[in-house]
Amino acid sequence: MDLDIAPMTDAVNLRDELEAVGIEEILSQLDRELIGLRPVKTRIREIASLLLIERIRKRMGLASEAPTLHMSFTGNPGTGKTTVALRIASILHRLGFVRRGQVVSVTRDELVGQYIGHTAPKTKEILKKAMGGVLFIDEAYYLHRPDNERDYGQEAIEILLQVMESQREDLVVILAGYGDRMDKFFASNPGFRSRIAHHIDFPDYADDELLAIAELMLRDMNYGFTSDARAEFVRYIALRKTQPLFSNARSIRNALDRLRLRQANRLVAGLDRVLTADDIRSIEASDVLASRVFGKGGKSAEAG
Amino acid sequence: MRITQGCFSFLPDLTDEQISRQVQYCLEQGWAVNIEFTDDPHPRNNFWEMWGLPMFDLRDAAGVMMELNECRKVYGNSYIRLSAFDSSHGWESVRLSFIVNRPKEEPGFRLDRHEVAGRNIRYTTSSYAADRPEGRRYG
Repeated sequence: MDLDIAPMTDAVNLRDELEAVGIEEILSQLDRELIGLRPVKTRIREIASLLLIERIRKRMGLASEAPTLHMSFTGNPGTGKTTVALRIASILHRLGFVRRGQVVSVTRDELVGQYIGHTAPKTKEILKKAMGGVLFIDEAYYLHRPDNERDYGQEAIEILLQVMESQREDLVVILAGYGDRMDKFFASNPGFRSRIAHHIDFPDYADDELLAIAELMLRDMNYGFTSDARAEFVRYIALRKTQPLFSNARSIRNALDRLRLRQANRLVAGLDRVLTADDIRSIEASDVLASRVFGKGGKSAEAG
Repeated sequence: MRITQGCFSFLPDLTDEQISRQVQYCLEQGWAVNIEFTDDPHPRNNFWEMWGLPMFDLRDAAGVMMELNECRKVYGNSYIRLSAFDSSHGWESVRLSFIVNRPKEEPGFRLDRHEVAGRNIRYTTSSYAADRPEGRRYG
């Protein structure tokens, strides 16, 4: 933490301190742009407050040991784990708990080698790239293959654990994955569980939250539902949720992409019309209704 | 005799903190930092062995320091230097290099005078350390 060390002080104005760091801005951005996820936001606020106080304590010479910041994010697909990881990195960076604030996002492939002696250099290279920032390991449970005791994943885990312990001030590791499989992973690697301070669970989105997400995404892409289309999309969400392979916000994003496709197709079909900006912006009920989800009760998983 | 080559070699040895600052400077310039070691201290020895691969895409000096400490564990009694390679077009060469580790005792160099025709003399410097075989030069 090589932030410029301010002179020792006895009294600190919390508000000034908060503003100086600019953390409030990120937190409110988080509130604004991430819909739902109440428990996650609360937890992040708690962590941010703790770090802020820790920072002030340091200035007052009440330093305690650097806090452990490694985290694990568990939740179903599409619940925003990666998005939150990016935000966490910038919060940690503002508060000076990581020096650079970059996020290196990896999966098993980038850590584990294919033959003897390949794993250690590979894992170390990733670790070196992540130094000063956040290492985000997606689907971390793939590192551990219980059915194959000679799997090189174990080697990667050992190196990770060693660096997580000995270079806590250089690197924050975030493990992410689906809840039940992460539990199994932690059960077979107790070292990980004890080195991770914050276990955050990402809940599934409710229907109205998914609708809000859809509208937010559409707004970002400069589209909008007509009121009919919105009503149909509410039905769509309810139906889609009952089908297999539903992955929350990611399914919504895919659905929107297909909506845009159908809207474009509808517009191109009527070549002789004069289009207004409104026509091009708006997604109509027929675009939504053409989805296969309304059809045969959902035989295909990620279809329409 | 303390050998001097690369940057900072007329200064007292850099502390780890100072090394780390220099490395951070290199990374911020976008240079890739390499760790090299040798036990042949001759100034014309251009071919030092590399410790691992050049470290591209690093953001923070902690990664280099981690490797340097590993290297010191194995070659703590040899010369270790860091060099920073600039891959940008037009440079494509080493921009900075400095010694970060040296043996406890540096026996220095012998000057050989080679008398040639017409009482001319040719000079050769050779390291006393290099008299012993590779790997056993610094005890």
